[in-house]
Amino acid sequence: MARKLNEINASSMADISFLLLIFFLVTTSMNVSTGLTRRLPPPLPPDQQPQDVDINKRNLFVVKINSMNQLLVQGEELNIRELKEKAKEFIENKDNDPNLPVRVMNDFDLIGPLEYTKDHVISVQNDVDTQYQVYIDVQNELVAAYNELREELSKTHFGKSFKDLNEDQQKVVQEVYPQKISEAEPKNYGGGN
Amino acid sequence: MAQIRKKEKKEAPALSTSSLPDIIFMLLFFFMAVTTMKEVTYKVRVIPPTATEIQKMENKSLVRYIYIGEPMAEFREQFGSSTRIQLNDQFADMPEIESFIVLERSAMKEEDQNLMTVSIKADKDTKMGVITDVKQALRRAYALKIVYQAGSRKAF
Repeated sequence: MARKLNEINASSMADISFLLLIFFLVTTSMNVSTGLTRRLPPPLPPDQQPQDVDINKRNLFVVKINSMNQLLVQGEELNIRELKEKAKEFIENKDNDPNLPVRVMNDFDLIGPLEYTKDHVISVQNDVDTQYQVYIDVQNELVAAYNELREELSKTHFGKSFKDLNEDQQKVVQEVYPQKISEAEPKNYGGGN
Repeated sequence: MAQIRKKEKKEAPALSTSSLPDIIFMLLFFFMAVTTMKEVTYKVRVIPPTATEIQKMENKSLVRYIYIGEPMAEFREQFGSSTRIQLNDQFADMPEIESFIVLERSAMKEEDQNLMTVSIKADKDTKMGVITDVKQALRRAYALKIVYQAGSRKAF
């Protein structure tokens, strides 16, 4: 005669899974890490002195931050809120201003011939005592300038937002506005000790 | 018959808890999916700066972290209150960064070594002098992909 099997008592299962749940809650963290991605230039050979690369002056956009966290943009004191507009004006050079970077004609795929400021460089220079937050703010404003220009270009040429473009289209837009933010060799500018 | 019935007490059936484990397991899997293991225990106080144009970091296994900030209160006596660097679970000095990067890179799979990203998690009040030194050390170690960690904010 088959004996009736007792059902396994599963009430402790809840306790076990609670225990696991609490373990995971304690050992993990929810925060996703976000940040600004940058690429550093490769190191100089040890026997080579840092040399100033010869860049046409009109192609260079210099942002200096001093130890009091003030900005000097192209030789003028500037509020950080105005930096983005100034940078956009520089990168785009809409009116072909002789003081702004040289515009070069290039035939892009998908877009066709377009003049763009091929050789422009943005240089960020900071003092030893500059606050990190201010440095990040400056980097952020410059990236924002690029992002806005890319957005405008995708809107006019593809009628879509940059993030909705397909991979090839995004690549072309990035080619027109490549991020050229250079991190200069550290120098001591004075002002801070 | 009527007599027997009288003896039976009317009892509410016990609440079935058999679905409780399933619910808890569901919660457990949810948390396992959305959270990540804690990187380290902080020995330096880091309040990251904020920015608007931030990107999410994609592949966590390729990221190594460098923490920069003032030591926590319990380490003040030993290490002072000036800005220090933390690598993994320990305080470190500037020259150790290079060997740390080289060591971490050699521990990675060969095809991943070029993709290594170093995340600089620095306190927002850090002086740029320290950051610049760290950046120079990273350049010497050929760790050229870096991320400045920052929280999000809407605008100024």
